[in-house]
Amino acid sequence: MKDLFSPDLSARIGSLTLQNPIMPASGTFSEDLADVFDLDVLGAHVLKTIMHGTRAGNPTPRVCDMQSGMINAIGIPSKGIDYFRDDMLPYWAGFRSPLVVSISAHSMDEFARLCSEVSLPGVTAIEANISCPNIEADGNAFAMRPDTTHEVVTRLRAETDLPLWAKLTPNTGTPVEVAQAAEAAGADALVTANTMLGMSIDIDSRRPRLGNVMGGMSGPAIKPIALRMTYQCARACNIPVIGCGGISTLSDVLEFLIAGARAVQIGTATFQSPTVMARLITELQGWMVARGIASLDEIIGSIEAPEAGVFE
Amino acid sequence: MTHIPTTVSVPVPQGLRPRCSEATCRVVSNTPVNGEYRLLTLDAPEAILDCQPGQFFQLLCPAPEGESPFLRRPMSIYGYDKAAGRLEFLYKIAGAGTRGLATLTPGDAFNVLGPLGHGFSMPDVWQNLLLVARGVGLATLAPLARMAQDKGRKLTAICSARRPDLAMSTALFESYGAEVIVVHDEDGSSTPEALRPLIEARIARGDVDAFYTCGSSRLLRLLQELGEIHGIPGEIAMEQQMACGLGMCQACVRSFRVGERIIQRRVCREGPVFAISEAM
Repeated sequence: MKDLFSPDLSARIGSLTLQNPIMPASGTFSEDLADVFDLDVLGAHVLKTIMHGTRAGNPTPRVCDMQSGMINAIGIPSKGIDYFRDDMLPYWAGFRSPLVVSISAHSMDEFARLCSEVSLPGVTAIEANISCPNIEADGNAFAMRPDTTHEVVTRLRAETDLPLWAKLTPNTGTPVEVAQAAEAAGADALVTANTMLGMSIDIDSRRPRLGNVMGGMSGPAIKPIALRMTYQCARACNIPVIGCGGISTLSDVLEFLIAGARAVQIGTATFQSPTVMARLITELQGWMVARGIASLDEIIGSIEAPEAGVFE
Repeated sequence: MTHIPTTVSVPVPQGLRPRCSEATCRVVSNTPVNGEYRLLTLDAPEAILDCQPGQFFQLLCPAPEGESPFLRRPMSIYGYDKAAGRLEFLYKIAGAGTRGLATLTPGDAFNVLGPLGHGFSMPDVWQNLLLVARGVGLATLAPLARMAQDKGRKLTAICSARRPDLAMSTALFESYGAEVIVVHDEDGSSTPEALRPLIEARIARGDVDAFYTCGSSRLLRLLQELGEIHGIPGEIAMEQQMACGLGMCQACVRSFRVGERIIQRRVCREGPVFAISEAM
């Protein structure tokens, strides 16, 4: 009986097994969503990047529209490590879904120190945001180059026994080399990718539409870039890849899984529809039931070679 | 095709009522009310109509010709009626989002998310209320009139506009028993210098327990000053560009003066209504 068929949605990310492959992208998720839908339906909870000290973030306007997407320059406002440990961690401990803590820093030393300090009971994994384009001068970040990626991931690896995910940037010209550098330095998984650096100008005032001038593009417009990078990294690396970038529909989720992602992160889509992640889990399950697909393993990395063109 | 208003169904923790919902409404009408403003009336599901004056919705605006508003647009509630299943927004065409709103026609499906944010308060000690607002800010304060009448408060509304015919909501305020004073730019009655003695005279008569305002930084400064001198509290509804409207993205922050400190608050989550004394 088809009705009794219950597919296994669990997603394995190295040593972790998530109940399903749907989780939020860092920066688009907070306790503010808890009274909108049941957050325990999610595969994991990924928090907004924290930095060691307190930070105000960028001047407003911090967001603007673009064709099929948005640009943000929020600037990682952070209440610091003490607030995380004393206030945020106890709150998130009340949920069943595993907690992934995103961290970032301006220097290797500060990054390593923060990594050590957030490796606390109740934290399931650490996502190292080595790619956020807003925080480094002129949009530069550790993950722009393989050597700085290797150096920072090596430093972080030495500080924690927790699963360490490296969140990469699509702004690099050498994504495969950066991904391999993160793997070689001991990352347990890759997140592909973060926002793409861009800008927008108001033609009437001739002013940049963001207070920070430049910002990170996200949403459906950048999905093909993130999908391409996910495909490249999944082929080139042995560690799991988590897809992220413009995913808003079930078909987007499936594209990333077929390209080789073991799980996906949903970000900007939540801004349009705060309950989209819960709906995607239900839709994925329904899709697998309808096709008799028993587990995600039948989908992940199942991309076929392109059909050979024939000229007559 | 007739659209039935519905809310998006998702799993919620047991015993919890979602504080906001995403809903598909049906456009009842979308008509100009004067040279600058339009009124959008929606047939809305009951689940999203437990609103407070001052709260807002995030509207998924249709794309006007040649433009593509991607983010939802925050819009304060002009009117709501749970029994009638009605939700109203008063807007001025100002950008891609509101240009998109203007394309809606009766019968269209329209996706809204809300109600969002914290609305105005009206503690028992605030018996005599003075509302001073300008332009589209008057739309945001319109639902206060019904709340004041329901609670048996005395409301005076000073409605400021560029021209007398652009003063919004005056008939609505009057219909809920408010005294309405229209001030405008053409005769100079709307300047802070002209308003100051008008308000001070009422304060001297003991007619003002609290202020409400929206839509003008000059009015805010005037009320802050008068509030401090005379010890009169009040509330302001503020605006900021938003992405999520629920608090996750932290895009819509503004600065507030709290004692000696300047702190940032999210307009969508901690607001959009704030104490006049702390607003900047």
